Formats: sequence, structure tokens, C-alpha cells
Amino acid sequence: MSDDSPTGASSDFKRELTAVIPHLRAFARGLCGRPDMADDLVQETMLKAWGARDRFQPGTSMRAWTFVILRNAYLTEMRRNRFRGDYDETVAERILTAPAGQEEPLHLADMHRALLQLPPERREALLLVGAGGFSYEEAAEICGCAVGTIKSRVGRARAALTAMLEDGTVPHRSSDDVEAHRAILGELDHITANGNHR
Amino acid sequence: MTEKSKQNTPGQPAAQDRSAPTAKPDWANGLRRLYDSVVEEPLPDSFMDLLSKLDDTGR
Repeated sequence: MSDDSPTGASSDFKRELTAVIPHLRAFARGLCGRPDMADDLVQETMLKAWGARDRFQPGTSMRAWTFVILRNAYLTEMRRNRFRGDYDETVAERILTAPAGQEEPLHLADMHRALLQLPPERREALLLVGAGGFSYEEAAEICGCAVGTIKSRVGRARAALTAMLEDGTVPHRSSDDVEAHRAILGELDHITANGNHR
Repeated sequence: MTEKSKQNTPGQPAAQDRSAPTAKPDWANGLRRLYDSVVEEPLPDSFMDLLSKLDDTGR
């Protein structure tokens, strides 16, 4: 109604938004580890981005702009504890088998498991800089913090990953920790469900 | 000359032969691959569905 911008603006926006979806999925998957939840996050991000499209400045980075939205959605979910300690083995298996002709000693599944051990803010910083190819400056802008903070987080994340991957201390698949955590969560669910029934 | 064909031998401990002082750790490439492997996945239909809905409300 109040939108009297030419329809071309909306379709330009939509085209750019469409183009960054794969990146949003990759970022979200790296952040939360669960493909289903990651895709939920991306869809939520798309809706929010679409709703706020008037605030997007054409010519600026759609990827950076939508990553901010995705990140905020993720943090909101984190506060609700939806992703805490949650890790789906099938993610790693799928990632492991996805690229064809991959013959490197480091399994991507190990990489992903190690990544998910990092504190969220360091994981996020490393994903943006080390995987997403953002500069420290861009990453700082996305995270709303100082460049030095991002550098520090990336440095610590790299050190932690190096320790895990090179010393072989990556948690094994179906590690006791994960199993125990799942068991505890399962019990809690059970208790909650029963409690609600009574 | 042709160093592009150098390959990592599986099962071999990481060879730290990169000369750059700020050499990235061996896994740095893996991180990128992890990300790219998701980027290259075909988009599930649910995303196209959502995009078409955005069209409807796009006025």
C-alpha cells in the first residue's frame, strides 16, 4: 500500500535473496549443526529479510545483511536453548559423502564435530572468516563487535580446532558425552511430558 | 613446477611443510570445504515454495 517503489526493486531484492540462500544454509548449518533446524533458521531469515527489504541498501552486500538477520534469529533460539548440545550424526555423514572424489586425510565430519565443540561466539567468528570468506572488518560488522574482538575469537577458535584435530581429541561419533546428553534431555522431555499430563 | 598436483596422503600425519610464517593449519581448507559442501547442495523445494509466497505478499 505505502510501497510505491517500482516492482523492479522487489524483484531485484528477491533475486539477490535467492542467490544467498545457499550461503545462509551453510552458515546456519555451521552454527547449529542440525540441518533441519538450520533450514528453519534460514526460512525465518528469509521472511524477516523480505519484511525488512525497504531497509536494504541496494549495492551493499546481501550476504552480510542477511547474515546479521540469521545470526540474530540463531541467538534468539540459543536463548531458548533449542540448540544446546544438540548434534545430529546424520549431518556429518551427509557432509562427509557430499563432495565427490574427496581424498583428504581430514574427514569433514571430524571438522564439523570439532567446530560444534567451540563456544558459539568463536564458532561464529571462525565460520564467517575462515569459511565464509568475510574480512575481519566485515565479520565485526555482522557480529556488532570490534575488529579486535573478532580477531581474538578467530585466533582462539583456530587454536582450539588445531588442538582438537591434530591431537586427535575430537569427540568420537556417538561419544559418551553426546549420548549422555541425549539421554538426559530425553529424560527431561519424558519428565516434562508426564508432568504436563498430571 | 607443477605443485597443483600435490596430494595429501590419507592416513599420513599432517606434514607441516608450509613455509609461510602465518601458515594456516591443515584443517583450514576443510573448514572452507565444509561450508562449500552445503552451499553446493541442491536447494530443497521448501525454499522455492517460500520464495513464491514472498512473491504473493510482495506488493
